[in-house]
Amino acid sequence: MRTLRFLLAKEFRQIRRDPTLLRMLLVVPVVQLLILSSAATFEVTEGRLWVVDQDRSTASRGLVDRAVATGRFAVAGTSASMGVAEDALLDRRAAAVLHIPTRFEADLVRGGRAEVQLLYDAQDGAAAGILNAYMGRILQRYGDEVGGTLHPRSSEPGGGGMAGGDVQQIDLRQRGWYNAEFIYSDYMVPGILVLLVTIVALAITSMNIVREKEIGTLEQLNVTPVTRLQFVASKLLPFWIIALVDLALGLGVAKVVFDVPMEGSLLVVFGAALVYLFVALGLGLLISTLVETQQQAMFISFTVNMVFLLMSGLFTPIQSMPSWARMVAEASPVKHFIEIMRAVLLKGAGLAETTTPILVLAGMGVVIFTLAVRQHSKTTG
Amino acid sequence: MNALLGFMHKEMRHILRDRRTLIILLVLPLAQVLLFGFAVRTDVREIRLVAVDPAPDAATRSLQARFRGNDVYTLTRVVASPEVLPELFQRGEADQAIIFPPGFAAELGRAATGRAAEAPVLQVITDVADPNTGSALQAYADQVVRRWQRDRLADRVGPQVVAGALAGITPRVRMWFNPTLESVNLFVPGLIAVLLTVVSALMSAISLSREKERGTLEILLVSPLRPWQIITGKVLPYMALGFVNVASVLLAAWLVFGVPFRGSLALLLLESLLYVLVSLALGVLIAARTSSQRTAMLGALMGLLLPTLLLSGMIFPLTSMPGWLQAVANLVPGKWFLLSARGIMLQGVGLAHLWQETLVLTGMTALLMVAAIRAFDVRLH
Repeated sequence: MRTLRFLLAKEFRQIRRDPTLLRMLLVVPVVQLLILSSAATFEVTEGRLWVVDQDRSTASRGLVDRAVATGRFAVAGTSASMGVAEDALLDRRAAAVLHIPTRFEADLVRGGRAEVQLLYDAQDGAAAGILNAYMGRILQRYGDEVGGTLHPRSSEPGGGGMAGGDVQQIDLRQRGWYNAEFIYSDYMVPGILVLLVTIVALAITSMNIVREKEIGTLEQLNVTPVTRLQFVASKLLPFWIIALVDLALGLGVAKVVFDVPMEGSLLVVFGAALVYLFVALGLGLLISTLVETQQQAMFISFTVNMVFLLMSGLFTPIQSMPSWARMVAEASPVKHFIEIMRAVLLKGAGLAETTTPILVLAGMGVVIFTLAVRQHSKTTG
Repeated sequence: MNALLGFMHKEMRHILRDRRTLIILLVLPLAQVLLFGFAVRTDVREIRLVAVDPAPDAATRSLQARFRGNDVYTLTRVVASPEVLPELFQRGEADQAIIFPPGFAAELGRAATGRAAEAPVLQVITDVADPNTGSALQAYADQVVRRWQRDRLADRVGPQVVAGALAGITPRVRMWFNPTLESVNLFVPGLIAVLLTVVSALMSAISLSREKERGTLEILLVSPLRPWQIITGKVLPYMALGFVNVASVLLAAWLVFGVPFRGSLALLLLESLLYVLVSLALGVLIAARTSSQRTAMLGALMGLLLPTLLLSGMIFPLTSMPGWLQAVANLVPGKWFLLSARGIMLQGVGLAHLWQETLVLTGMTALLMVAAIRAFDVRLH
């Protein structure tokens, strides 16, 4: 125990005497959280809409007004021909073109049905898909209303009550739970926080032991009576504490700046974090014992981070992945911790509802830590 | 000149003799494109639905069968009371729930014949913690219920009557440059940017700070080599590696994913060259400002990798970000590279449309190169 205390004192002193490192560990993640959380949104406001209105009727103008009134679109320009509109799309002056053909109103009056053409710049596919979904909803509502009024026959009750909006005989009430106002930052901030803490934990520990290897001080330690377990523990504990401080700082920012709801108990969050960091730091140490240079360590931990980043359900839903990729995601500790964070903070889950992922994390921790201690050999060559 | 050649020779040997790093550098980028190309998607593929059906009858069973028959939906369980819903959502075992009123079939019958004033209420509860997926889920439920009603009606009064009487506006949608909104098409140019950042910036930063850490940089500095020669010598081998990576990733994207390649390859390589130079200059800058490999690495990871991923428009559309953040994104070289790479690959446009992006990248390259050489020069005195 005394040996461990001395080793810990050495590690802490090393960290304290490297002010750049300390700044990177404590300040940069917070700044990143502030900036990147605002970036992680799929919500589009004021999409640049180019209007080609060849009908010039009350109905067509009403449609454009409706689209603008939702706040989802802003008219970037109008033209009489599609050629000009296509140029605008190519130059990125517009993101979407709404083409309302002649006879739009006439068709609505005659049969209650009409057609419009939509053209999107799908280079930015995510944005195009979202704009199209917005426009689909606008057209549906507007069509239901205007189609019904302009073409009265279709809304007569004698017609079997089946036209226009009246086809709907069910009062369908949609309710969204846990984020009723669709606020992106509520969903993204906890996830990004997990990612930042993971990057700090993984990057810093993966380069730690290999650094002593490179500098040659590991051999000095190898000839001391320090046991493998003591050595690994001394490398792990300081960063465990720093990562927890990072998490606490991040949660503070989440609450104060982003006003992220915290429905569940923070104790559960920190309890799960203790287990999770054990896994993340253990993984870093394992990498560190496997490689020869810091350069290699960096590249491997970078790759691991990329896999975590893109396959843990942070930005894209896991359920959209093919089944083999879902298995990869299951093996990632980040996925489980993000799930816990979101469940506790947004949905108010307690210990009972998060037992499974916490146990999975604990299992991973034991396996990885055992491997890391065994892999670290005190003999050279 | 001879000295420079000799120095580059030394650097090449460094890279070539570290087989493990070399293999990692060549294989990992390829593996990542394949992995993420298949795995990272945003389309909804599976919705786990819970039906709350207190009094099953013909209508509730018919609608449930509809959900069961839908490819996207999996009806995980049917329960009698909504009390279990919060727990199921908190555990992450359900995405959506549909709550039938008791006596659904009878109420529907009365509403259809006009004997009831109010339509039966059907409640759909969706987990919208993730707003993007949540709203897609709501749209799916809406569609299934609408179709079910229309088909029931068609059974009763005949399909022609229903089709003739349906009011509404039908959009004809065309997605330009990426008709199927294939995620891979958008993702590959982004991945190239990220990989170039890693290989170029991270590796050059690490390699320089390694010489610093080991004390060999001082030997270099007292040699007749000039600072720009040291930097060039350090940078060129990694530039070559970066190019090999670009080529292999492009080849994989084309052969495996069929990513379109409409524009000029020469122009794309030119843009890649500019981007590699920017990244390398950033790497040198980071190395000049940090004192150890691990701070250099953390700095590169946090300062380059995350912004390239999140502020370049690779995952989240730039247009959805708040104005101040869009201004910040202008400082990210990855954004400009991504714009030109997508333009060349998906749109097939040339310099006539991309001169702005190219100009910005060139300006950034020049500025950062000068800054890097200067930052380095200062260390001499």
